[in-house]
Amino acid sequence: MSTTLPTPVPVSLPETEEFWAATAEGKLLLRRCDDCGIPIWYPRPFCPVCGSFRTSWSEASGRGTVYTFTVVHRSGIPGYREALPYVVAYVELAEGPRVMTNIVDCEPDDVVVGMPVRVVFHDTGQGSALYRFQPDPTATDDGS
Amino acid sequence: MTIRGKAFIAGIYEHPLREIPDRSNSQIHAEVAAGALADAGLSFSDVDAYFCDSSAGFGPLSMADYLGLRLTHVDSTETGGSSYVVHVGHAAEAIAAGKCQVALITLAGRPRSAAMAGRPGGGGATPDMVFEGLWGMSGAVTGYAMAATRHMHEFGTTSAQLAEVKVAASLHAQHNPNAFLQEPMTVEEVLESPMISSPLRRDDCCVVTDGGGALIVVSPEVARDLSRVSAKILGHGEAIKHADNGRLDLTYTGAVVSGPRAFEEAGVTQADIDYASIYDSFTITVIETLEDLGFCAKGEGGRFVLDGALVAPDGRLPFNTDGGGLCNNHPSNRGGITKVIEAVRQLRGEAHPAVQVPDCTIALAHGTGGSIGTRMGSSTLILGTEDA
Repeated sequence: MSTTLPTPVPVSLPETEEFWAATAEGKLLLRRCDDCGIPIWYPRPFCPVCGSFRTSWSEASGRGTVYTFTVVHRSGIPGYREALPYVVAYVELAEGPRVMTNIVDCEPDDVVVGMPVRVVFHDTGQGSALYRFQPDPTATDDGS
Repeated sequence: MTIRGKAFIAGIYEHPLREIPDRSNSQIHAEVAAGALADAGLSFSDVDAYFCDSSAGFGPLSMADYLGLRLTHVDSTETGGSSYVVHVGHAAEAIAAGKCQVALITLAGRPRSAAMAGRPGGGGATPDMVFEGLWGMSGAVTGYAMAATRHMHEFGTTSAQLAEVKVAASLHAQHNPNAFLQEPMTVEEVLESPMISSPLRRDDCCVVTDGGGALIVVSPEVARDLSRVSAKILGHGEAIKHADNGRLDLTYTGAVVSGPRAFEEAGVTQADIDYASIYDSFTITVIETLEDLGFCAKGEGGRFVLDGALVAPDGRLPFNTDGGGLCNNHPSNRGGITKVIEAVRQLRGEAHPAVQVPDCTIALAHGTGGSIGTRMGSSTLILGTEDA
């Protein structure tokens, strides 16, 4: 079941140091472009839409819907291979970006496209946490 | 400037083996290079340009040294499995610009026998790799499976439709004595194979094989003097489709860009294509690519492949008559070079008689590299007979 998923430690690069530090405090940050306003994903101090280097952090709502997913039945990845089957998904955040993640805290077979989800954090014990998503029972039924 | 008619594929070679435990990658590069040169009627001393991906060592330097090549032009563009289709286009451009006369393109790898040594992307510390490396992506299949889920959601594509692609490939592979899988399959058998990453099952996946292949691209002047029949390069397109600032759409591929550019340069339409090599890392790859190349409307790929549409010689669009990556060969986990090789066989009339397309004069070869689940390279090549 999903609660047993491993928590590999993300490699922190200079441009993502603050992002990972925030996850350890239960915050999902989005880099935003100060010029065109668009949320940037994956986080980087450069806007791939308008080319601006003027960007800053803001906190995401942590809510979204499942854009697509797969239930993984075969895996050779240590930690994950002991947790089969598990769900890899793209979640479309309320702010727009589609982020790769896992869906947890439900049966893999219950996951559907469009399902409302909210973020949960799984601590790595190394100053960071993995942002994963669980079904969001508080969401209004407007997932697409 | 156009490359139409400015260069020819004069030599092809596909390594006959699918498991090679006792040779180095460099050795396999050398063997396929020699094979393609012999096919063209040329020798190593004729080669003045070399093209390779990251399987060859330190860019083009390692194999230039190993083979003793004297080069005036090199290119080690790395776009995964589509690299070699890109290389054909770049070789034609270089020949058209007078930079070289005889270009050698090689691929080799041993994923069946050895861990993936020498491949990029395995945990490199770039942000894209970090943000996708945490979630248990179990090889390429996970990303392609997510594309399949979304395609099914938007267009009603079914697992049975995906299975039709494998079945068509298996019907071709039964005639290829070198194919890794040679038994014809049924839709039911494909649907009974184990689930790997839903909705993709084992038989939705390509084979894992050692081996490689090579191509020789030459100028019209060189082609004229060779006794072997060449394939004329008519058009080429290439594109990178990436995650688009997190707004990625998994229902299409880079073929939406590379395809139209290739068709325009070649001056032909989809109706003119007698045979198509379509990159088939997974069954969903074929469905999306057929749509993106304009063989059917977006979302209609699953219905297009029904009723034996892909089966040679009589289907609407005979494809992958060597058995493709799905059944024959996917050397180095990369299938682009075998796509070009089988297209040239068809244009020469040298495919297996059971799958040879009658009067095959225009063929298409399409490569896909990276992952349609994240970022990918697409390259489309349109070839014709010498007088096309």
